[in-house]
Amino acid sequence: MSATTTTLYGVAATLVQVVLLGLGGPLLVGVMAKVKARAEGRVGAPVVQPLRDLRKLLTKERLHARHASVVLPLAPMVILASTVVAGAISPLVSTHPLLGSSADILVIVYLLLTGSAAAALAGLDAGTAFGGMGSSRAMTIGALAEPALLVAVIALSIQSGTSNLPSIMSSTLTHPDWVFGPSRLLALGALLIVVIAETGRIPVDNPATHLELTMVHEAMILEYAGPELALFSLGEAMRLGLLFSLVANLFLPWGIMTDHTLLSLLLGTVALVAKTLLVALGVALIEVRSAKLRLFRLPELLAGGFVLSVLAVVTGLVTR
Amino acid sequence: MNQWRRRSLDVGVDELHELAASYFALGHRLALVAGHDDGDALRIVYVFTSGAPDERHELVVRLDAQHPTVSSLSDLSFSASRFERELHDNFGIEPLNHPFLRPLVRHQHWPEEWHPLRRDAGAMPEHVRDATPYPFIQVRGSGVYEIPVGPVHAGLIEPGHFRFSVVGETILKMTARLWYVHRGIERMFQGVEAQSGVEIAQRISGDSALAHSLAYCMAIEEARGLEVADDTRILRSLLLEMERLYNHVGDVGALCNDVSYGVANARALVVRERLLRLNEAVTGHRLLRGSVGVGNTRVRTLPSDRELSQIAEVFEDVVSLALSNSVVVDRFEGTAALSPRDAAAIGTVGVVARASGLRFDAREAHPFVADGFTPVVHETGDVMARFNQRVEEFRVSLDMVRRLAQSVKNLDAGSSPNGSPGRSGVGIVEGWRGVVVHRVEMDSSGRVSRARTIDPSFFNWPALSIALSDTIVPDFPLANKSFNLSYAGNDL
Repeated sequence: MSATTTTLYGVAATLVQVVLLGLGGPLLVGVMAKVKARAEGRVGAPVVQPLRDLRKLLTKERLHARHASVVLPLAPMVILASTVVAGAISPLVSTHPLLGSSADILVIVYLLLTGSAAAALAGLDAGTAFGGMGSSRAMTIGALAEPALLVAVIALSIQSGTSNLPSIMSSTLTHPDWVFGPSRLLALGALLIVVIAETGRIPVDNPATHLELTMVHEAMILEYAGPELALFSLGEAMRLGLLFSLVANLFLPWGIMTDHTLLSLLLGTVALVAKTLLVALGVALIEVRSAKLRLFRLPELLAGGFVLSVLAVVTGLVTR
Repeated sequence: MNQWRRRSLDVGVDELHELAASYFALGHRLALVAGHDDGDALRIVYVFTSGAPDERHELVVRLDAQHPTVSSLSDLSFSASRFERELHDNFGIEPLNHPFLRPLVRHQHWPEEWHPLRRDAGAMPEHVRDATPYPFIQVRGSGVYEIPVGPVHAGLIEPGHFRFSVVGETILKMTARLWYVHRGIERMFQGVEAQSGVEIAQRISGDSALAHSLAYCMAIEEARGLEVADDTRILRSLLLEMERLYNHVGDVGALCNDVSYGVANARALVVRERLLRLNEAVTGHRLLRGSVGVGNTRVRTLPSDRELSQIAEVFEDVVSLALSNSVVVDRFEGTAALSPRDAAAIGTVGVVARASGLRFDAREAHPFVADGFTPVVHETGDVMARFNQRVEEFRVSLDMVRRLAQSVKNLDAGSSPNGSPGRSGVGIVEGWRGVVVHRVEMDSSGRVSRARTIDPSFFNWPALSIALSDTIVPDFPLANKSFNLSYAGNDL
């Protein structure tokens, strides 16, 4: 196989990944809302509603809070850009996306955290009490979730002997027994808790609430309107899609594109959609079954995630 | 049936404090204070009640219209201090030695010297443009910051401004600035036909249409010397419990919703909807309007036993769904606890008071049907106690509706004249939030000359601030919902 074909399929996979995240992220949000609505005995909004909302917001005029600085228009772009880059280089559809060799697991984690930091700054920017409150809470949760995330990621790299995400994925495919090994399962538990915290779902945060004083994530975007709100929401939805699909791929790697044929590109896409939907359904069901934790109980939950990830490392080292 | 007789005593300004003190010492509560502008003089009526046995006493003082001053009762009762602030705003009556004479009803944009319930008040004047902001007490210290919330909120709730002083997430102080929904209800009552007043009464607070219209009608009936038939009383009691049912189940669901447990809320709303449809079948109105009138009460049909049993069954499912979730229980327990001592000192009533161990229920203290009634009481005063209080009151009310429905024979029984009509009357009813009191005065042509209305929210709002000490900011909506006080009923 020529180098050109490899690059061509790498570019194709990357493009598919970014488009998939851009469309699929909002759709996942819609699917989860639908599952919740059905569980509550309601019909619920159509699954495409988040996409319709984005279209609507994009046609509105730009409005900035009076005391806002350049951070307010910039933050959504940072969130969106960092997520697009992370999504482009992560092994989602293919284990060989363009620039996959630079997709070190730490790079992905900190690209995502760049987005979180931008969101927190955006919350502070207009100088309102709610925004600051949301940013302070989001940073507290983020600071507690980050160690759990990093240690869980280390657990994954111990098995594969590399911290390059596409390589972890490929080696998982050659050692399918790892997936159901204790280390991987413990890391899965830790990652699920982190993903729920980072995407602001119940029991950590409630994306559907109207109660300003309970908000975490929603409080940070209160000052946003129009196209900037659209970018912000799209960035957040893509982040959700990326995190869900990463979790899905790490624990169900099958179907991902490893060679360079059109068929496997297609298969990889379908597999990714199916796996990510599965994760979204799982998280939605957790949301239905659970109530929102008291804010001061969150450290306990996230500490639980950290303990799981430490155990994952320990068992990883022992069973290697 | 009425065992009580209301006693009215004219007292001098200098005797008031001593007599009021003796009523408080006897365990009476100050149920209502009404100001009146008689033209040449101002008159204040203090209504003291206690029960059981049902006792109602009034102290009446007359004040000079030019320089109305009265000795403050604020050292005897916290509620009295708030009534006096209301009199100061609406009538310009100055309570002497009042420790905290800030505006209550009067908003900053009302002209300071305009007292809307004085005869010469006239129409609403222009708003003052550059009014001084309300003097909120500021908490100072390192790390203390303020969160202003409202008056306009994100959800479909009434307007109210809350000012939090916070360190980190812990609330140090919360001041509620309400009175954004002033409609001038008391002025509207002046000069209406007694029966037309029902239309106003049932709109004081939409969720308490029945309680307010019933208290109003009972006040009018006393003033006119009407004795309503036994079946009418039973029907009224039944409708009062139906209002309690749909509101309590709504609150049970809303409390779950505020901890993001949407499934339980959705099921509770199903029960609420069934009850609203039952209301419509029974009275022709989902919120029970139009069924109670002066001297009568009419319903189309009675709730069927089968429907009530089904509702009870679904309700129990909702409750067990909520309480079997450990996160829900964790959020409710110990949150925003109101101690019995504070609850009593503030003068709370209704669900809030009973959840904090105070056994006061107008159905026991001021009954209007023959059956005895024993109120449910909880001790801990936290969100869990207020949740359980509502759950158990729902069960009791459902049984009452069932029992009362079986004992009614005549669906439109009416009333008969009994004794001499007076000029004034007082109606006391236990609404779903707590005790609702109306006092009316009639003129010689049989029209209402003055109606004074007290919603339980008036007594309970200050308790919310007290219960919030040591609560964290994200728990405020839950605490607020567990009180679920009316903004409109408070404001008038």
